[in-house]
Amino acid sequence: MEIFLVNLIAATLRVATPLLLAAIGETSAERAGVLNLGIEGTMFFGAFTGFFVADVTGSLWAGLLAAILSGVLAGLLMAFLSVTLGVNQHVSGLGITLLLSGLSLFAFRLKYGGRSTPPSIEPFGQLSPFAGVPILGTLFEQYLLTYVTFLVIVPLAWWLLYRTSFGLKVRAVGENPEAADAAGVNVFRVRYITLALGGGLMGMGGAFLSIAQLGAFTHGIISGRGWVALALVIFGNWDPLKVMGGALIFGGTFALQLRLQAMGLQLPIPYETFLALPYLVTIVALVIAGRNASYPAALLKPYHRE
Amino acid sequence: MSFTSTKLSARLGLKIEKTGAPVWMRTLIPVIALLLTFILTSGLIIWGQANPLRAYYYFLIAPLSSQVSALEVLVKSTPLILAGVAVAFAFSAGYYNIGAEGQLYAGAVAAAWLGTVLGGLPPVMAIPLMLLGGFIAGALWALAPALLRVKLAVDEVVTTLLLNSVILFIISALLNGPWRDPVSGWPQSPEIALSTQLPKLIARSRLHLGFVVAVVSVAVLWFVLSRTSFGLKMRAVGLGREAAHFAGVDVGRTVLIAALVSGGIAGIAGVCEVAGIQYHLIEELSPGYGYTGIIIATLGTLNALGVAAAGLFFGLIDTGTQTLSHALGVPIYLGEVTQATMLLVTLGLFLLQNYRIRRA
Repeated sequence: MEIFLVNLIAATLRVATPLLLAAIGETSAERAGVLNLGIEGTMFFGAFTGFFVADVTGSLWAGLLAAILSGVLAGLLMAFLSVTLGVNQHVSGLGITLLLSGLSLFAFRLKYGGRSTPPSIEPFGQLSPFAGVPILGTLFEQYLLTYVTFLVIVPLAWWLLYRTSFGLKVRAVGENPEAADAAGVNVFRVRYITLALGGGLMGMGGAFLSIAQLGAFTHGIISGRGWVALALVIFGNWDPLKVMGGALIFGGTFALQLRLQAMGLQLPIPYETFLALPYLVTIVALVIAGRNASYPAALLKPYHRE
Repeated sequence: MSFTSTKLSARLGLKIEKTGAPVWMRTLIPVIALLLTFILTSGLIIWGQANPLRAYYYFLIAPLSSQVSALEVLVKSTPLILAGVAVAFAFSAGYYNIGAEGQLYAGAVAAAWLGTVLGGLPPVMAIPLMLLGGFIAGALWALAPALLRVKLAVDEVVTTLLLNSVILFIISALLNGPWRDPVSGWPQSPEIALSTQLPKLIARSRLHLGFVVAVVSVAVLWFVLSRTSFGLKMRAVGLGREAAHFAGVDVGRTVLIAALVSGGIAGIAGVCEVAGIQYHLIEELSPGYGYTGIIIATLGTLNALGVAAAGLFFGLIDTGTQTLSHALGVPIYLGEVTQATMLLVTLGLFLLQNYRIRRA
């Protein structure tokens, strides 16, 4: 039982990493008032470019960098459409998701189409600072990216959002862009920056799957993780720390379901129940958040300067 | 103004003002959009070692040059038009239903079930019941987000989107559990009864009754929006809830009905795919028709004929990309990229057409 639990917690951290990266990215965009439905496609694109560049250059780090950059580009495209042009956020976001999944699959087929075995690379290894120590050894045997996500990115996002003047601007732009503009904040620039940063994190989340966890790129590599991340943002009330809590809970249910399935355990309910749970819980959270002040008031509203 | 910074235009000594678009410009938009899309995607085609002009011949013209493939365009358009009409219904009333994909699957579940229990009925009774069942199932799947929107002011974009994933898990549970095909053992529902399968319109083609249903849905959308008082209310709510409310429109009721009809039509799209093409419920029933429906409704400017035209055009792209991929070896995903590029380019053009630049 103890081993089961330790393994479960370790797996939870791994499963939660890509979700959390993307969710923090989405938080960044939404806090400034833009719902980025390009999240699913951006993760997919990041997973592809990460894998592709790592494969071509032979350097995993180059792959990671490429994934982040491609995510930034996707974020900038979203910014151009939703901020500069003021297009419907959900339509442009879904358009970006469609575009980036199409592009990734197109390029993947072109580059690797003729092969009989799916291409793979040697992925990032896991760090094991407590190798050999019982419990701690297993718990801390994680990818560097997992460490970075939980120990650097989440606290940094929280600090930026709540403790810096930039964060104040972001929140002001997301709540009341007119007032922020009147106070001298450049609404357009803030939204561009948050979408670009957010896109970079989404791309990184996608790349975690392809160049750390799997060492491969497959059609189903993201399979709805972007939508889960979107749900996490709402579940976590647009607060990076709470989003992290949500990612751990959802990662935990997912990891548990995987383990139970792997053990061949016959459950009285289908295992899909665990998978559907995050979505249903989020809808409930949305109902509650509907009356909550932290819902970015300007979300979905393009800002026009008169 | 919204598409460039005030400073920039001031520096250039230009003024951008909002205008109504002249008619010639509106008709020109699809042409310009297609041209820009061609330019933007030809880089990919060249990368795929094909000549873009030849590729676009296979893409857009070759499918229409033979009867077999032209009919295939109509087959491919059927779910796209239905999904586009479904989305247009909701969007017209300002209800952003992103859940057509899930509602489509709900209709498909109903069709897979009814198709096994209605086998004793003659087709003339069974098929209308199938369509009705799909409509009800789609509307039911759309009910919760619509009620949350109307009663509790919960934004529908995220709730409808999340429910798309939920129904896929339900279907996965069904197909890997009680509905697993006893004959093949595959995760697909048992084949539906012959009398519940949509009849073919033309022998030895895949074109089925669903296409007629899609055409009818276009007519219904046109009729409701332009010829009924309810359509007027929908458009009023879509233009602005508060103004509509003060004009005496029951906003909640209008949104609720539009949302349910939208879900219902998406459900019918699911019935058409199960009862017209697959005869089984499978997990990969839809390659994202519900999402593409959002694009089609947007490109069609929520107008019935526009939606039909966009749906047919996307059906052409879906067919053409297969022809293209066979003929020139360009990956089939060019279709998706083209559709998305077209959307993004057109969205930009829609906005630009409302402005003109002149000296300040």
